[in-house]
Amino acid sequence: MTQRYDAVVIGAGIVGAACARECAQAGMRTAIIEQGTIGGGATAAGMGHIVVMDDSPAQLALTRYSQLLWSDLASQLPPSAEYETCGTLWVAADEEEMAEVLRKQELYRSAGVPVEVLDQAQLREAEPNLRPGLAGALLIQSDAVLYPSAAALHLLNQAIEQGADLCAGAHVLHCGNGSLQLSDGTTFAADRIINAAGALAGALTPGLQIRKRKGHLVITDRYPGFVRHQLVELGYLKSAHSVSGDSVAFNVQPRKTGQILIGSSRQYDEESPGIESRILTAMLDRVGQYMPGIAELSAIRSWTGFRAATPDKLPLIGPDERDPTLFLATGHEGLGITTSLATARLLADHFRGAAPAIPLDPYLPSRFAAEAAHA
Amino acid sequence: MPETISLTVNGNRITVPSGATVAVAMMSASAPCRVSVSGKPRGPLCGMGICFECRAVIDGVPHRRTCQILCEPGMDVCTQ
Repeated sequence: MTQRYDAVVIGAGIVGAACARECAQAGMRTAIIEQGTIGGGATAAGMGHIVVMDDSPAQLALTRYSQLLWSDLASQLPPSAEYETCGTLWVAADEEEMAEVLRKQELYRSAGVPVEVLDQAQLREAEPNLRPGLAGALLIQSDAVLYPSAAALHLLNQAIEQGADLCAGAHVLHCGNGSLQLSDGTTFAADRIINAAGALAGALTPGLQIRKRKGHLVITDRYPGFVRHQLVELGYLKSAHSVSGDSVAFNVQPRKTGQILIGSSRQYDEESPGIESRILTAMLDRVGQYMPGIAELSAIRSWTGFRAATPDKLPLIGPDERDPTLFLATGHEGLGITTSLATARLLADHFRGAAPAIPLDPYLPSRFAAEAAHA
Repeated sequence: MPETISLTVNGNRITVPSGATVAVAMMSASAPCRVSVSGKPRGPLCGMGICFECRAVIDGVPHRRTCQILCEPGMDVCTQ
């Protein structure tokens, strides 16, 4: 028998769970489908850094909007979500990067984000385990960290409390034109289908401008106080965010448990989920260049995952123009944890016909269709 | 080789037979190796370096597996 819904969300990662929550809260009859573990796909490949980033004005608007939504939600999150407003330090290695700190300071200020510039001595005091001689840093106090999979589970539970149905353990064989067929024989009819399948979104909806991008992560045992802020090298935008090639960057995060989460790496065109010692070694060498003492700590686990990358580093949020029932909420790459709440709210506003808090246009999937037409 | 070794566990001086592991020293001192996130005392479980339950701070270094480390004279061992 076919089950009817106003909205069916594909994927119970942090983005899909947030979308189901918004739809259910808006009074829509909602279902959410997950073939594997809740928050076990691209969500588990995220560090859980709630970060405002300024790669483009649209990225700044989306990340800031979503950071504020997280800040509003923080007091309701369960302890398991390990939410903590530890702030981000964008670390400048030399004077050239210090000039970039000052440029970013102006940009963040103009967006209403509180910032502070730390000089060499202030950075030493803030993070004694960084190597001496670094030029300084930009502190974004309002940035936070959380445990992505636990946060996804919480958002999903909220959706279920609001009446959403979870369909677990089956995968989608086909979706489009208001219907879905699942591997367990279930069929759904839906006014709106939301593809929030992360790096797998392209397999469900052909023609999306999404590439799988692999990342490695390492977590240590508990060393409370060893790292106090999320620390990211300022060269991050140059290195890790370059749109082609493999890259690694210094990116470490203090967990509420005292563990240290270590990133980051990015690789295109790698299909195998296995840990690659070449990448892991390069990543840890990079971390060691900034924080030599980290080599003495015990790592307890390493894993990889795939993130959904788009050519312009902005997610796909909104209608797929080829199918009036199909909507996209994917392509968030490394910012999906941060921007999940804003993605869901923008989509729900679109469904309700409500005015969005920020313009949806930069994230509309049709931006690539327009490009193709002009090519 | 002396027959016994003297070391401190949580500040208390104790003596163990030479060849004893730090895990043995902590058990004979009735000291938990570490305290879990939820506040529960933890001690050796597998005794062969796999389960990581017996981690403690040895000479200031945290997360040492006490079942794999032999006691040495003057060692300073603390519950983690």
